[in-house]
Amino acid sequence: MIARAYRWELRKLAAQKRAYVGLGAVLVAPLVLVAALQVQPPSPADTGLTFFVRSADASGFGVPLVLLLFASLWLFPLLAALVAGDIVACEDHNRTLKTILTRSAGRGTIFTAKVAAAFTYVVTALVMLTATGTLVGGLRSGLGPLPTFTTVVSAREAALLVVASVVVYAFPVLALTAIGVLLSTVARNSAAAVVGTLMVALGMQLTQIIPGLDRPGVQGWLLTPQLYAWITLFRRPLDRAPLEHAAWISLLYGVVALVIGWVHFIRRDVAG
Amino acid sequence: MSAPPVELTDLRKCYGDLAAVDNVSLTVRSGDVYGYLGPNGAGKTTSLRIMLGLISPTSGEVRLFGRDPVLDPVAALEGVAGFVEEPAFYPYLTGRSNLELLAALDGGTENGRIDEVLDVVKLRARAGDHVRGYSHGMRQRLGIAAALLRRPRLLLLDEPTTGLDPPGIRDMRALVRTLAAEGITVLLSSHLMVEVEQLCNRLAIIQRGQIRYEGTLAELLARSHGAYRLETTDDARALTVCGATSGIRDVRIDSGGIRFAAEPPAAAALSGELARAGIGILALVPGRADLEELFFEIVDPSGAGS
Repeated sequence: MIARAYRWELRKLAAQKRAYVGLGAVLVAPLVLVAALQVQPPSPADTGLTFFVRSADASGFGVPLVLLLFASLWLFPLLAALVAGDIVACEDHNRTLKTILTRSAGRGTIFTAKVAAAFTYVVTALVMLTATGTLVGGLRSGLGPLPTFTTVVSAREAALLVVASVVVYAFPVLALTAIGVLLSTVARNSAAAVVGTLMVALGMQLTQIIPGLDRPGVQGWLLTPQLYAWITLFRRPLDRAPLEHAAWISLLYGVVALVIGWVHFIRRDVAG
Repeated sequence: MSAPPVELTDLRKCYGDLAAVDNVSLTVRSGDVYGYLGPNGAGKTTSLRIMLGLISPTSGEVRLFGRDPVLDPVAALEGVAGFVEEPAFYPYLTGRSNLELLAALDGGTENGRIDEVLDVVKLRARAGDHVRGYSHGMRQRLGIAAALLRRPRLLLLDEPTTGLDPPGIRDMRALVRTLAAEGITVLLSSHLMVEVEQLCNRLAIIQRGQIRYEGTLAELLARSHGAYRLETTDDARALTVCGATSGIRDVRIDSGGIRFAAEPPAAAALSGELARAGIGILALVPGRADLEELFFEIVDPSGAGS
């Protein structure tokens, strides 16, 4: 039953324009980045540029990495908010909860299918961003060896590092998606849930510049700093601690959000 | 003996200090077309939401075919379908896609069933259109189609003719009759007396969350036995005569003349008394109160409005 409900959640997403707006953005972003690199290639004298921008200029494998950095600021929080924030609240808006909750699928099934659909959307967007970035980066610079902080890795190893980076990046993004589902369930209002999810993400990012909250002891417990944990993959020797920490923190946020959302969804009165 | 399709026992739902449903007990028997009659805000929709497992009661029990929709809605709703308020669908999907989605949530349906139910509600020709383009009546009919997909033994319909134009109302009532004739038990919530009178064999009247009457329609209408309507040449004096004649009770006057209740011999005696008083009788006819009159006698005996 969960599989059937999940397939229909995907079909519902596919029938809504907002889903395509998000996916369109992840297709356009790599093109914009590569166009910018083409117009103004980084020079060795530019000291203000990030290491990954220089990598992107040297190898197509660097382009998805720069995109992950930029997407952490607003793109993926926005994508997670747009879909997860709407996925339950839109049923309240359309008053369709009473329609689907009086069939033979239990509330737990419906909630699980919605979470799975939101996760699928976000992972799809992440994969599309990476694939498109690698493709257009490869077209511009070739898919050759990739400079890292400590060495230059072969094309094969660079490809594996990009995949590993995306996997590590997915943890906090999925946790943020879970927060979006929670807000969507509790707020019962799409706009409030979408904005709320964005505010959570942006609020956590703002703490990095607030004195007192910018300490590692605080930042380590926040979700958005985990969006940068994958960077440690490009240092040798490999330090696994930041990766494991990102996984645990993401799991903590994600599970707590989903458990609260689940309980609320199971117990709530559907009076609208 | 199998459990009745619907059994409510001391059902209560409170929102703060307000009891939207206040100790409601009723039983819908197999084969009934059961009217759940009450003014807007009486607690009909809240009761139906509890029956469908959408909201939890504050206290009391609900059983659908003996099963509790509060504890296990999926099991309790087996063989049960319906809608509360207007049926709601995904506007960005077609009518057919909406039905396919709901069939999937029921675990699938046999080939051709969706076309079958679309034919029953006469929507097949528009099934490929997005629901956002449907009229209110079409959505109501799609709601019935969605309910029929489940091959229900019990249909819970909340004011299914609300907002429909006269042909739509006629078609919807005909559809309910047809479904009832096929053996489906129907609980029909309505604030329209004529609808309940036309369709239902049993009914409950609810007001301010409380059941004021439960029983057969025939028993309720029999309450008007012995009612008479009188028109005279001098109603003011006739009222006095009525009051003085033995066996004449419940005398009142309205725009249709004088109304009273009496056994036939007392009514005959009254005509003699009126003649002796020199009052001409224009009409003295046994009245048969309709459901509307009886409804207002029950929910608003003072006539002050509720």
